[in-house]
Amino acid sequence: MYKITKKEMLSDSIILMDVIAPRVAKHCYPGQFVIVKMDEQGERIPLTICDYDREKETITIVFQIVGASTKMMAKYEVGDSFRDFTGPLGCKSELIDEPIEELKKKKILFVAGGVGTAPVYPQVKWMKSQGCEVDCIIGARTKSLIILEEEMKKVAANTYVTTDDGSYGFKGNVNDMIKELIHNRGKSYDLVIAIGPVIMMKFVCLLTKELGIKTVVSMNPIMVDGTGMCGACRLTVGGQVKFACVDGPEFDGHLVDFDESMKRQQMYKTEEGRAILRQTEGTTHHGGCGLCS
Amino acid sequence: MGDVLKRIPVREQDPQVRAKNFEEVCLGYNKEEAMEEATRCLKCKNPQCQKGCPVGIDIPGFIKQVEEGNIEEAYQVISKYSALPAVCGRVCPQETQCEAKCIRGIKGDPVSIGKLERFVADWAREHEICPTAPTQKKGKKVAVVGSGPAGLTCAGDLAKAGYDVTIFEVLHEPGGVLVYGIPEFRLPKKTVVASEIENVKALGVKIETNVVIGKSMTVDELLTEEGFDAVFIGSGAGLPKFMGIPGENANGVFSANEYLTRSNLMKAFREEYDTPIIAGKKVAVVGGGNVAMDAARTALRLGAEVHIVYRRSEAELPARVEEVHHAKQEGIIFNLLTNPKEILVDENDAVKGIRCVKMQLGEPDASGRRRPVEIPDSEFIMDVDTVIMSLGTSPNPLISSTTKGLEINGHKCIIAQEENGQTTKEGVYAGGDAVTGAATVILAMGAGKAAAKGIDEYLSNK
Repeated sequence: MYKITKKEMLSDSIILMDVIAPRVAKHCYPGQFVIVKMDEQGERIPLTICDYDREKETITIVFQIVGASTKMMAKYEVGDSFRDFTGPLGCKSELIDEPIEELKKKKILFVAGGVGTAPVYPQVKWMKSQGCEVDCIIGARTKSLIILEEEMKKVAANTYVTTDDGSYGFKGNVNDMIKELIHNRGKSYDLVIAIGPVIMMKFVCLLTKELGIKTVVSMNPIMVDGTGMCGACRLTVGGQVKFACVDGPEFDGHLVDFDESMKRQQMYKTEEGRAILRQTEGTTHHGGCGLCS
Repeated sequence: MGDVLKRIPVREQDPQVRAKNFEEVCLGYNKEEAMEEATRCLKCKNPQCQKGCPVGIDIPGFIKQVEEGNIEEAYQVISKYSALPAVCGRVCPQETQCEAKCIRGIKGDPVSIGKLERFVADWAREHEICPTAPTQKKGKKVAVVGSGPAGLTCAGDLAKAGYDVTIFEVLHEPGGVLVYGIPEFRLPKKTVVASEIENVKALGVKIETNVVIGKSMTVDELLTEEGFDAVFIGSGAGLPKFMGIPGENANGVFSANEYLTRSNLMKAFREEYDTPIIAGKKVAVVGGGNVAMDAARTALRLGAEVHIVYRRSEAELPARVEEVHHAKQEGIIFNLLTNPKEILVDENDAVKGIRCVKMQLGEPDASGRRRPVEIPDSEFIMDVDTVIMSLGTSPNPLISSTTKGLEINGHKCIIAQEENGQTTKEGVYAGGDAVTGAATVILAMGAGKAAAKGIDEYLSNK
């Protein structure tokens, strides 16, 4: 059993938890993910690692309430335990193995969309710990969905907040913000790391391709085992079939077939379920959260 | 007494009834039936059956005890060789192993060895007879990676020899393919698999679930930080293979591994479990092995019309004859000498059919089987809404890519010596599908057994 030691509501629908998982906390790196299973009957839910504490032996997870399983997970309180918590799974971020001197030369922009801010945070934090200054855009539909802003400001050189409806920070989507930085604020970047809904990652990649900036994305497709057995998480990257759980979850964004991935995420959604999501999430919910299988 | 040339028939659920439930198909022998079948054994001085068994069970020895009604003694005989008799009695391909060599089989039916083994194991379970942990300890620790048939067998044998054994399992339940792969109707999970695992634990074996060797810990760390004296890798098969035809990533195309994992491990066929499964109305299962039959029969039970699509003819089907027979009885439709060329999708990228081509058998290929070749101008469309690809697997790179000095072959399988499981890295042994590629439960058990012997020899001389 894996005990919850901290629970925090980051917004009405986004929850942060620290969970004791010694083996995972000892070996994990930014970019990797875990599989959480609440109880005997529960699904195996893949969640990207949001932070880790090797001393306290905890892993931080962040999830958005989007379906029956995450709704139930949200009811767990400090002191409760998950039945299963497996990881770390997937490959660590490529940045981790790059020579620090090389990294320091690069101008890196992180682009975080909605709940995707959670997996961006440990990467920016890691960069800071290595003495690398990076910029970060946090984008969401509206102010209440902006998470981890204060935390991010502590580790990023510059944090830019943008909301679609202009209720907070810059008015516009993350692409508007990227363009603003590059065209109006004299910024330039060698590498973009974008994590968020698939639709956001798709459009960021279209823009960065145009701008000629290498872009890495983190995919979070439907998974069952998460260990390279079932093939549910397959996606097409550069014309090749890849398994997100063992080959990823991070890929070269300019090679990913996002349209196929978006369609695959719809697989287990019924018409009825989709209608509820449209009602509760509005048009921002495109199935890109990866939590709604 | 019946005709001595004929085996005592085993009772089964009616095909019409069982096609709609997940209860076990075969009901097994009762004691009277088992004792009568046992009388058919000739008790050969030079038993060929034993040579046909990958773990070398003293078959005439246990059958003699059954004949005399000493079922507990029969169980003790089998237990010396096998940690999983209730599993083997159900899923071993006896017809190509022990029963294929049975002298009775020269004229008439071979002795029903598998069904007798199953009876003995089930009887022992019902009478709560389980193995006991040895009192003599060796004071040495062995780590076993994976709790499938290879790992459980290796762990059980090492524990019997007095080693302190810990199994690390990546999934949330131990059992490997016995739990995620083979369906409930062929191998009941709670009664049979869970209790055989309890028996292995009764020998003193510890099982830790949710540990990803290669990620949570490396094999090297097991040997250094964790203080294990040897490691056995029985991590099983890996990534599912696909055909590489257009449309394969469409919604409604699954690997057999995914489909079976959802149903078996995650119990998606039961209402009270959260994991979804798409049953499909008309399902094509591509492939002809045991896994294909399992996927097909699972889809059938979930309510679909199911077709097996296989590019060779019936004679070449790699599945067990019994599985093919059961599948046909239940109403699975076999589209043989048929090969998919493209998966057709609708505007939502969901499967709406398969473009297939008819095949004929040509000259024998390297495997000795006649090579299927396309018949020109024979393409046709098969209307289906779900496709399950059952084409085998290729090894998972998680362990081989993170273990220094552990070499793999061209098929990415771990290189290990057949007789003792020794790999290219000192103190590390391997067996089962991780070494051979996808094979059977019993071959994996045989490899686990050989490796246990190899590890015992290695540690005894260390």
